Amino acid sequence: MNKFETELKAGNFVTSECSYCKKIVWPPSDYCDNCFKHVNWRKVSTDGTIIELSKEEDDVFCITEFENKIRVMGKLNARIDMVKPGQTVKLSKCSLDGKSNFFFNLENSQ
Amino acid sequence: MKKVAVVGYGNTKFTKNELPIESLLLESTKQVFDTTKNLSQDLIDGVIVSTNDNSKYLGAILSELSGIKPKISHTVEHLCSSGSSAVISGFSYIASGLADTVLVTGADKIGNPGQILEWDKSRGEYDRPIYWASMFTKAHKRQFSTTDEELAIVSAKNHKQAMDNPNAYSHKPYTISEIMNSKNVTDDLRILDCSYSCSGSSSILLTSEENAKKFTDEPIWISGIGQKTNSASFTKNELTTLSSTVTAANDAYKMAKTNPQEIDIAEIHDAFSVCELMAVEDLSLAKKNTGASYVRNLFNTENRKINPRGGLIGAGHPLGATGIAQIVEITQQLQNNAEKRQISNAKKGLMHNMSAAATSSTVLVLES
Repeated sequence: MNKFETELKAGNFVTSECSYCKKIVWPPSDYCDNCFKHVNWRKVSTDGTIIELSKEEDDVFCITEFENKIRVMGKLNARIDMVKPGQTVKLSKCSLDGKSNFFFNLENSQ
Repeated sequence: MKKVAVVGYGNTKFTKNELPIESLLLESTKQVFDTTKNLSQDLIDGVIVSTNDNSKYLGAILSELSGIKPKISHTVEHLCSSGSSAVISGFSYIASGLADTVLVTGADKIGNPGQILEWDKSRGEYDRPIYWASMFTKAHKRQFSTTDEELAIVSAKNHKQAMDNPNAYSHKPYTISEIMNSKNVTDDLRILDCSYSCSGSSSILLTSEENAKKFTDEPIWISGIGQKTNSASFTKNELTTLSSTVTAANDAYKMAKTNPQEIDIAEIHDAFSVCELMAVEDLSLAKKNTGASYVRNLFNTENRKINPRGGLIGAGHPLGATGIAQIVEITQQLQNNAEKRQISNAKKGLMHNMSAAATSSTVLVLES
C-alpha cells in the first residue's frame, strides 16, 4: 500500500503536495507531476463542493471537489431532491477496505 | 511515411460464452486466412494482439497457433480502446518500414478485468463504468435538458441496426418505451442504455501500398489517425464534453486532409447512450447541443450512418475486440460489402474508440 492508502485505511484523507512547487499532486503520487520533486503528505480539508450526483436504489452518490482540485466519488447522506451541484458538504468518514470509501454530509445538516 | 491499407478481416460472433482467450483470438484469425486471397503465413511479419485478459505472451501464442513466425509480436492493452491502439501500432510498423504486413487481432472474454481500473482510488466504491456514465448522463440532462426519451432513441436505433449484424450479441429490437421502462441501474441509467461486456474477437490484416493489391482488389486506406490521453483517473474529467475525443478527431481530420462534412459513415463508441449523443457533437458530425435531434432524425429516417453494425449497445463490447470490429465494419461499408447494413455510396468512414470515461480517445479516418 502507498501512503495515501495507508492513511485512508486509518480513516485519514490525505493528499500529496509538492515539497518544491507546493502544487497539490492529485491523484496521489510519490513525485510531483509538474517538477518531479518529492512530495509531502497532508490532510485534505473536509470542506467540499458537489460537482454532480445521482442515485442508486436508496444511496445518493456524487463527485465532490476539495480545495478546488481534489475530486473523489462517494456516498452522500441526503435526499437527492435536497441537493444540487455547487452545494457544500463535509467529509464525514473515509476508509479503505478492499475498495476506498468516502462519505459526505450536507454542511448544514448533522 | 508509407501508406497503410486494411486488406483483410475476420470476426467471431459476440456471445456470453466463456471461451479461452486463445480460442477466441484464433477464430477471427482463421477467418482472415479463409477470406484473404494469396495470404500465407510467411507473408506476415507482425502479429499484434489487443486484449484486457490477464494471460501473458498472447502475441507469440497466436503466432504459434497460426503457424506464423513474425519479426514483431506483442500485446497492446489500453482498456476499451485496446483494439484501435493495437491498430495504430501495426500501422506505425508498416508506415516506418519495420514491417510489411501485420495481423492485428483483438479479443476479450465476458467478465474480463478491463472494466475496473483498480488504480483509480478517487472513484471510491463507485468504480464500475455505470457510475461515471451516470455522472455524464446527469450532467448532460442538466446542461442540455436531455430527456430519457432522447437517450432511449440511441439504444433503440442501435439495437435495431444490430439485427442486421450476424455477429451482434443482441438481435432483439426494443421500442423507445421498452428502453425507458427497462430496469433502473441508477436514477440516470436504464439497463438498456448500457453496452454489454461479452466474449468476442475481431481481426484485420494491414499492409503497405506495394503489397495491397496482392490481397484485395479493394484496399481501404487508413488516412487519418488521432489519439489523445488526458488522464487515467475519472474524476479529472469534464462531464459534458469528451475532450480527448475533440482533440483526437481534429488531429485525424487534419492528417486525412478532410473534414467532418465529408464523413459518410461512422462507428462511434456508444458504451452508454449518452456517449453517442456527446460523440456525434465532439466529432463535429453534429453541431453542439444538436446531438439528440441529430440521432432522432437518423432513427426516424432509418439512416444507418452512425453505428451501422449496432454500436457497442447492440453488438456487444468485448473490450479488446471492439475497436477492431469497428474498423472491420467501416472497411466492409467502404468496400460496398456490408450486406443489409450497407449505406449507399460510402467513400470515407470514421472510427471512434475511447477508454475509461473518455480519459483517452482514438479516432481513425478510412477511405476507399
